[in-house]
Amino acid sequence: MSGVMRPVGRKLDLKNGRVDLTHGSGGRAMAQLIADIFHVAFDNEWLRRADDQAVFDVPPGRLAMTTDGYVISPLFFPGGDIGSLAVHGTINDIAMSGARPLKLTASFILEEGFALADLKRIADSMGDAARGAGVPIVAGDTKVVERGKADGVFISTAGIGVVPEGLTLSANRAQPGDVVIVSGSMGDHGVAIMSCRENLQFDTDLLSDSAALHELTALMVATAAPSLRLMRDPTRGGLAATLNEIAHQSDVGVRIAEGAIPVKPSVAAACELLGLDPLYVANEGKLVAIVAPEAAQALLAAMRAHPLGAEAAIIGEIVADQNRFVQMTTSFGGGRIVDWLSGEQLPRIC
Amino acid sequence: MKYVDEYRDGELARAIAATIAAEARPERIYRFMEFCGGHTHAISRYGVEDLLPPNVRMIHGPGCPVCVLPVGRIDEAIALARLPDVTLCTYGDLMRVPASGGMSLTKAKAGGADIRMVYSTLDAVRIAENEPDRKVVFFAIGFETTTPPTAMAVLAAQKKGLSNFSIFCNHVLTPAAILAIFESPEVKTLGAVEIDGFVGPAHVSTVIGTRPYEPFARSYRKPVVISGFEPLDVMQSILMLVRQMNEGRAEVENQYIRAVTRDGNLRAQAIVADMFELRESFEWRGLGQVANSALRLRDAYAAFDAERIFPIARSNAQDNPACECGAILRGVKKPAECKLFGTACTPETPMGSCMVSSEGACAAHWTYGRFRDAAKMRAAE
Repeated sequence: MSGVMRPVGRKLDLKNGRVDLTHGSGGRAMAQLIADIFHVAFDNEWLRRADDQAVFDVPPGRLAMTTDGYVISPLFFPGGDIGSLAVHGTINDIAMSGARPLKLTASFILEEGFALADLKRIADSMGDAARGAGVPIVAGDTKVVERGKADGVFISTAGIGVVPEGLTLSANRAQPGDVVIVSGSMGDHGVAIMSCRENLQFDTDLLSDSAALHELTALMVATAAPSLRLMRDPTRGGLAATLNEIAHQSDVGVRIAEGAIPVKPSVAAACELLGLDPLYVANEGKLVAIVAPEAAQALLAAMRAHPLGAEAAIIGEIVADQNRFVQMTTSFGGGRIVDWLSGEQLPRIC
Repeated sequence: MKYVDEYRDGELARAIAATIAAEARPERIYRFMEFCGGHTHAISRYGVEDLLPPNVRMIHGPGCPVCVLPVGRIDEAIALARLPDVTLCTYGDLMRVPASGGMSLTKAKAGGADIRMVYSTLDAVRIAENEPDRKVVFFAIGFETTTPPTAMAVLAAQKKGLSNFSIFCNHVLTPAAILAIFESPEVKTLGAVEIDGFVGPAHVSTVIGTRPYEPFARSYRKPVVISGFEPLDVMQSILMLVRQMNEGRAEVENQYIRAVTRDGNLRAQAIVADMFELRESFEWRGLGQVANSALRLRDAYAAFDAERIFPIARSNAQDNPACECGAILRGVKKPAECKLFGTACTPETPMGSCMVSSEGACAAHWTYGRFRDAAKMRAAE
């Protein structure tokens, strides 16, 4: 995306135009696409410099770096789109280390025939999300593949951030006695996506929870840093996958109470209909925190004071367990395992 | 969530649990088979066993449509899906069931066969309507609950004049399977499995009613309670079975009065009877050939019968000999007693069907209940 000047000539047809192979060929058409869509949407001083890379000063501390690919279907969903998701998701991966996110890059793989109007909508949404989070997209790349070789648009974003001095958060730091906190209701994003899948449409007023969590995590670090063991965002595989990862990496067990886990009634109802379990459904604006017991109440109070943590709840504790089971006391009163997801969550027959 | 949470109320559950514990006689053992995989799933998912006294025990039955489908039928479905221009539509549960030669519908799909997952039979009809060049075959499986929706799909296709829609019929019958369990050598003569009563599936009875169970209760002297699928339904049904045994009764009782009647859904029964006829015999995994236990389309609907339209060779493939699915489906063995359980056979690499469907006894025990094995081992150490 860098190194491009606005070429002279007719403007892109952003109403009816479509991506074609010339938009990826390195010529004038590509320059025009980048200038008229991406530079307009992401505008910042690094992009304006139009070099092949962004150069900037970095504050002292260790760097956190991550990358993530976004291939979601449908591209637009209640509460967001692939663009906002690609910004929030990568910011969150940085933020879970306790780092302050600094900069993002974005790479686009476009399918021949993709509507320019949709691309502009997605780019604008990315720009809004990046500005809203205060984390600029400072470099990028665009490729076009033949029709049928991709599904509209795939986006990869990468990010860097800086970790405050002396802070180490990692999924191998959970200890027996620690407290498990979630920042809000589980399963909103996955159910919002499923509600508009082609073969599965159902009406719901539910929105994806897609959001950048770095302000919430900064607040959490400021409140509980020495006692905060780790944070992780339960995206694909949901809360169940995240808790199992923590159990394995820390070589501990996890015990949670079903009744303590916040789940919106509309999410519970949709999962009931589709034969899904909200604990396995993806989130894009929630986190799980493990904290030493003495700091749990203060951390919970701080999280609840932030809009993205208003429904935060203590859902359980870390225990010693050589089997590394995640066990749950059901609201009904029995016990069960909350296992890794096997394959995809499939609907049941009857 | 209204009308759901009420049936999962922990306080009510503790109250029923206390009543069961008080009424179950300590000198007696109560062994109840929950026939249906839906109950197996509910019992495991909510931890119902933890609420029962040690002398009230549940035995998982064969009522999981995916689990009882023999390997050969999956092979045949894969063969169908690989025919030119054929689109096979299936419920999601079936995708990962192991076929012979390490195959499955998921793998056949990855290999290029056009296999699509549908939520409803009518989705398959819609695909046939929208894609007239495809020969759409619906992989019809399930007990009496899912037969009427299959029938409705055939009627819808007939009404729309679709010549590119057919079904691969594997519908099976609950009473025939229960009879087969009563007549199995383990139950009848060997005494390896003792069953004192049955928790019957309410969804099946919304269609067939409770009447078809009356002969069993009478001739085998076993109480039957038709039960809903919420955990409180199951708890209440267990209490009803305990009371029948204590009082020496062997009757068919209906716990699921909110949807089940003695006669069932007569309209659905009429539609099914008009469209389907009994197969003389059908192979069940675990139970072998069971007479009059499955349905096929009548001649009048031959145009919708994939088995008559397409040339597919019969497969007699058998399960992996080490796999204990058969014994587990008959209640003879528990999942943890299979050598493959949790070693070669896990939900990620299932060797047998019971590890695939969430209603399968092995998958339910692995996914929800295996911490109890660890606890037992610790206690034994």
